Amino acid sequence: MVVNVAIAEDNDAVASDDELALIEALCVGLPLDPRPYKVLASRLGMTELEVISSLESLIGRGIIRRLGVVVQHRRLGYTANAMVVWDIPDEMVDEIGKRMGEVDFVTLCYQRPRRAPDWPYNLFCMVHGSKRETVLKQVQNLADELGIDDISNEILFSSRQFKQRGARYKNGRKQ
Amino acid sequence: MNEVILDDQDRSIINALQGGFPVCDRPYLEAASRLGISEDELISRIETLLKSGVLSRFGPLVNAERMGGGLTLAALSVAEDDFERVAELVNAHPEIAHNYEREHEYNMWFVIATETKQEISTIINAIEAETGLSVLNVPKMEEFFIGLKLEV
Repeated sequence: MVVNVAIAEDNDAVASDDELALIEALCVGLPLDPRPYKVLASRLGMTELEVISSLESLIGRGIIRRLGVVVQHRRLGYTANAMVVWDIPDEMVDEIGKRMGEVDFVTLCYQRPRRAPDWPYNLFCMVHGSKRETVLKQVQNLADELGIDDISNEILFSSRQFKQRGARYKNGRKQ
Repeated sequence: MNEVILDDQDRSIINALQGGFPVCDRPYLEAASRLGISEDELISRIETLLKSGVLSRFGPLVNAERMGGGLTLAALSVAEDDFERVAELVNAHPEIAHNYEREHEYNMWFVIATETKQEISTIINAIEAETGLSVLNVPKMEEFFIGLKLEV
């Protein structure tokens, strides 16, 4: 029985060919039409209801995290973009990471491996702001609030952005 | 790049849609009614925000690992006078999804997204061979937040 459960979970985790075709069609952008899923359906030879139920299933299974918009922060004047890296003791990283991720100005928070001797940091978060001073203050507040102001960190401001695109998928393949 | 000025309505639309978009037969109508505007107005505002580049995408945020792909964050420490050459070499790979110059000894930070997990090392090896530099590869171990959400 355990084996059957494992297989079921595995199938659940993988997108079918029809689902991949739907994801590919969606990556172009959701149609700006009052019935966007109907437009997609007619492109794909599916019914509107099939598109809606496939999407519900893909979101429910975590293959699509969500539908929505991606904002270009720089276009809105959020030109100070900092990646803040911390050297958190391993036994604390889960708890600190969870709390850091809940702070409203933190947009991403990941644990990543240290690479001795050049890279001692294991926790990464992103902070955006209109000015550097704002971001520096936010990072100080973050350190105070989480009680990690004695832990070494570095703030890596970005000075230029070369490329930003979302991953695109074709027949389940990255392009 | 010119800064785009938003009005309050644009802001509430962006804040609402960063959190998700309805899946039903009239999703714009449903989202619009929550925002207290008409379906037509929501559609035309989204169209304008996409055209002005405030929104770079309106679609699915896909879990790359669940699609079978590989994803990592990598960095290079590049000499100032060699930066442009290295940036061109790195960005020439279609697998590079983002690339930022940052103020640090590791001054070039990029995301590599590949079709399969195995290809990550192929791309890293290629970049090391092309640039003569050693890549710092720091893939995600644990994700504490994937909101990608910024109140505007």
